[in-house]
Amino acid sequence: MAVLVYTESENGKLKKSASEVASYAKHVAEQLGGSVTAVAINAEDTIALGTNGVSRILNVSDEALRNFNAKAYANVIAQAAETVSAKVVILSSSADSKYLSGLLAAKLNAGYVPNVVAPPESTSPFVVKRTAFSNKGFALTEISSETKIIGVSNNSYGIVENATDATMEDFSPAINDGDFSTKSVEVDKVVGKATIADADIVVSGGRGLKGPENWGMVEELADLLGAATACSKPVSDLGWRPHGEHVGQTGKPVASNLYIAIGISGAIQHLAGVSASKTKVVINSDPEAPFFKAADYGIVGDAFEVVPELIEKLKEFKAQNA
Amino acid sequence: MKILVCISNVPDTTSKINFTAGDTQFDTNGVQFVINPNDEFGLTRAMWFKEKQGATVHVVTVGDTTVEPTIRKALAIGADEGIRINVAPKDGFYVARQLAEVVKNGGYDLVIAGRESIDYNGGMVPGIMAALLDMNFVNTCIGLEIDGTQATAFREIDGGKEKISTSLPLIIGGQKGLVEESDLRIPNMRGIMMARKKALNVVEPVDAPSPTTDQKFERPPAKGPVKLVDAGNVEELVNLLHNEAKVI
Repeated sequence: MAVLVYTESENGKLKKSASEVASYAKHVAEQLGGSVTAVAINAEDTIALGTNGVSRILNVSDEALRNFNAKAYANVIAQAAETVSAKVVILSSSADSKYLSGLLAAKLNAGYVPNVVAPPESTSPFVVKRTAFSNKGFALTEISSETKIIGVSNNSYGIVENATDATMEDFSPAINDGDFSTKSVEVDKVVGKATIADADIVVSGGRGLKGPENWGMVEELADLLGAATACSKPVSDLGWRPHGEHVGQTGKPVASNLYIAIGISGAIQHLAGVSASKTKVVINSDPEAPFFKAADYGIVGDAFEVVPELIEKLKEFKAQNA
Repeated sequence: MKILVCISNVPDTTSKINFTAGDTQFDTNGVQFVINPNDEFGLTRAMWFKEKQGATVHVVTVGDTTVEPTIRKALAIGADEGIRINVAPKDGFYVARQLAEVVKNGGYDLVIAGRESIDYNGGMVPGIMAALLDMNFVNTCIGLEIDGTQATAFREIDGGKEKISTSLPLIIGGQKGLVEESDLRIPNMRGIMMARKKALNVVEPVDAPSPTTDQKFERPPAKGPVKLVDAGNVEELVNLLHNEAKVI
């Protein structure tokens, strides 16, 4: 049975998540006894997907699709799914993929389960494990429709090498002018910096940092680690940092390999939002802060002393391991 | 302009999450239910359109009678009329079909839903509705201006934001940013009194498929104790992150 994976790209290059969702798709295809087809839009380096188990690559190249457009992209993926008679369609958990997921589900008349953290528990019935209650729990969800859509949680499956001879072909789906009644006017995006969605490491600051003027050391630590910066809800509510940095139950979820919380006490909503991170470090002057119960490593101490010291030690570490 | 705000009735963000009936159901015992936070930002923006642009605002919730206090709260905040679709929500697809029916019959120009509910986190309802109704759709919406039938929306993207130009009829998946946290309204006594007199119409559900079913729930695994590193020995943390956790 055919599995289709939508592999996202940016400025012509596949995103890191593309390798992960392709690896996941290969796992599902093996469970079902099928093969993986990838569909990519305006990406030049898709041949690399062969290393993650993709055997057929549909390359869509169309100037009209230069900017992301949820409706048009959903239509492209739906046509690719029909072309290969896909039984399962795999998406990432990016903002764009989540945007188009509902449109795609309606188009394919498919059950969609987002935030999936593991390969299917079984394929008949088809059951996947996902996070629910904003990471305060998990659900085992059965998808009973003929076509199924899975949104894979970032960083949950990882990238698996699986060298496959991939064939490439140009794919020219029909594109409707009507899809562009919602039009991108301007994109304001930080370039050359990790984002919370795809960073391996996230460095996050809370109210314990006392004011926005003290974020220099958070940014320095993040730059040193190639990390994204984030913040707690009160910090974004106070306007110290932009909303886009707010992580937690009502903000963004974090599923990084390493999450460093500085001056964040650890309200239940915050801990829920970051619980999918693999290793959590907390730096807080209050030994009673709830975050210490949720963290793997902790330092009880003044952030204004500990963080500069940590930056120094990391510089030494990097110099030694360069 | 006629606005419909879709509201999900969810456990308060401070709720501890437990499961019951052999881990097949969410345990509502002792849980306070509230307007889904993503929907509350949308409702507050709708109030702005009502006050500044003369919009009419209806709210809708899918659920049995237990969701009525949440609808009344939305009416107390200022919505003009409430609608309850008299059925327990099954999955996102099912809920979207129910809501789409109300949108179609009510002739709404703008439908404001939340990006996702904070309980089941499906995040698909506004998108499925948009596809079923063939309406324009902006997800993770953090800003919205309406001028006649033209709409300018801002969308949160990974690592930034995007400005979008579109038109009514429009569906958005809203979140914080549509209004600020400090703009959220707590119903006052007058609002609560007035809400009692406002219409709360009950409509029966339509037949619709529910292609997904939650079979079982799990709580996150218990975590081991934190490993504390002395503030005077930060180097040890670097060692642990490199050699033990292997994350740097």
